[in-house]
Amino acid sequence: MPEQRFDAQVRQEGSVATMDLSGEINRGADDRMTSAYDDVAKTGAATILLNFTRVGYINSTGIAVIVAMLGRARNDGRQVSAYGLTDHYKHLFDITRLSDFMNIYDDESTALAGVGAGA
Amino acid sequence: MASVAQRALNRFRRRKAGGAEAATGSGIQVAPVEIAPNDPLVAYFQTTSGAVDVDNLDFDSPAAEQLKRSGVKLVVPLVSQGELIGLLNLGPRRSEREYSGDDRKLLDTLAAHAAPALRVAQLVKQQEAEVRTRERLEQELRVAQLIQQQFLPKELPDLPGWQVAAFYQPARQVGGDFYDFIDLPDGKVGIVVGDVTDKGVPAALVMATTHSILRGEAPRLNSPGQLLERANNRLFPDIPSHMFVTCLYGVLDPQTGRFVYANAGHNLPYVRSGNETLEYRATGMPLGLMAGMKYEEKEAIIEPGQAILFHSDGLAEAHNPQREMFGFGRLKEEMAGRPGGNALIDHLLDRLRHHTGHGWEQEDDITLVTLERAGGEGLFTSAPASIPGPRNLPVDGENELASFSVGSSPGNEREAMRRVEEAVADLTMPPAQLERLKTAVSEATMNAIEHGNKNQAEVPVDIRVTSNGDAVTVYITDQGGDQPTFETPTPDIEAKLAGTQTPRGWGLFLIKNMVDEMDVITDEHHHTLKLVLRREGEDHDA
Repeated sequence: MPEQRFDAQVRQEGSVATMDLSGEINRGADDRMTSAYDDVAKTGAATILLNFTRVGYINSTGIAVIVAMLGRARNDGRQVSAYGLTDHYKHLFDITRLSDFMNIYDDESTALAGVGAGA
Repeated sequence: MASVAQRALNRFRRRKAGGAEAATGSGIQVAPVEIAPNDPLVAYFQTTSGAVDVDNLDFDSPAAEQLKRSGVKLVVPLVSQGELIGLLNLGPRRSEREYSGDDRKLLDTLAAHAAPALRVAQLVKQQEAEVRTRERLEQELRVAQLIQQQFLPKELPDLPGWQVAAFYQPARQVGGDFYDFIDLPDGKVGIVVGDVTDKGVPAALVMATTHSILRGEAPRLNSPGQLLERANNRLFPDIPSHMFVTCLYGVLDPQTGRFVYANAGHNLPYVRSGNETLEYRATGMPLGLMAGMKYEEKEAIIEPGQAILFHSDGLAEAHNPQREMFGFGRLKEEMAGRPGGNALIDHLLDRLRHHTGHGWEQEDDITLVTLERAGGEGLFTSAPASIPGPRNLPVDGENELASFSVGSSPGNEREAMRRVEEAVADLTMPPAQLERLKTAVSEATMNAIEHGNKNQAEVPVDIRVTSNGDAVTVYITDQGGDQPTFETPTPDIEAKLAGTQTPRGWGLFLIKNMVDEMDVITDEHHHTLKLVLRREGEDHDA
């Protein structure tokens, strides 16, 4: 069961920057998540959309990485939303109350509609 | 009066041997006064009240004589709870007048206050000494464990056509068990199983030395007999006189099953052949007892379908509450007709548990090493090499689905998660419940690796999965002993987002929310998280 390396790629559409996350989110994801956020900050996007479709595993240290990024975004006045979470990780976002601070959508189109961009 | 007390207040101290002395205080010098426990003066002081004129002591007492010779005029016994714990010894009054009635009253009052205070001080001192002794012993135990674990194999050899399994569980006081696999030329493998007499650090050091000698010499010496002879001659000059090492060494050719071996007084290995169990016997003295010993060398072929078991005393000599030993004969019987590998080890441990019952304190290290040669057509794949280490013995009333260990390297929690998922595969748990179980196992294992075992790769996290029909229970045990809970149970996300609290600290919170019940079980050496998920067929997420 080799670990799937975490990656985050940023693509921007208007005021929305989508972060395509892949691999496993644990403490090892911290640096890449930080640099991806730096990329978003450079674009000046007002909204960040986290795409979890290709994320297979998140643990407590990964939750911490997400919390740190979310904290930074809130500090910078950016909205964060997410889509593509499995039911289990939606549950995790609920109990940790992450979902109180970011809107959770099922897929990209509903997410883009929800944040008022694209579709 | 203050000056009188000051110059003559002497410390009285009980000696370990039962004697006592009065040491000098400030002011005049008084030689230490030895009071033997059977000196009549002790009984006299214990029963008398108030200050005693030394010159009036007219019974036969060496201590009284000594007090007189030392120039002590007045003695005030310090008695606490009927026990003489000290003396205030006073020399002549400086004014050269006799001690007055007021002086004596004041001294009595002083003694009444000083005695309990002195007693408390003595008890504190005694307790501090005991704590230091206990800490030293615990530290020694940890050192012994560390040394021993350093020298156990980190992984088992992967021998195509052979199933290799090993189990090692140290006793609380850590005996001197060891085992090893040594890669040899031509694909052969050297197998070592040994036991150093004595326990603790000395045994661990002798074990480490023996290990190094065998490792160093084995590739150069083809003959197991010669290797043991060399090891004996190298150990003999330096080994402490009361110690020796029993050791079996054999060279296995995995291709042919040829096993050449010699034995320095270690337990005979057993070979299961169908429904009978054979013994591989070779004679030789334990290592380190006498120089110049020769070791008989034997050889045998381990045929397809046969399994060989190497074992230390810990299992066969385990006693039940009636003080009956498990026995070597029984061990042989239990092997007959059984599959080898981990299944054999699990079976033997299960039998051991039935023999000893609950609450058994392990008397000696237990080491079991077994190799089974694939039988019939085709070869089976060797079982994945697990990191050997202490593990829990099964518990009554629960069906054990899996029992395994992972080493304490970051990331191994995912291996634990995978194996637990595999273990519960037949239970058809609802998918969401299974996901919760996996997250809980992953988090608990991660905690065990980091907090309990401090990321020391060689220290195992033991994981046991059981089911009793109503619930699935997973026990995750690290070697951290009784430790405080590792983090705040209710993380405050607002504070974390605001940066006033670390973003971390979700582990225990997640575990608690994933399972129906979480318990912490600890003893001096182990810390176990017990995770229970009830099998209701309902999805908690729904």
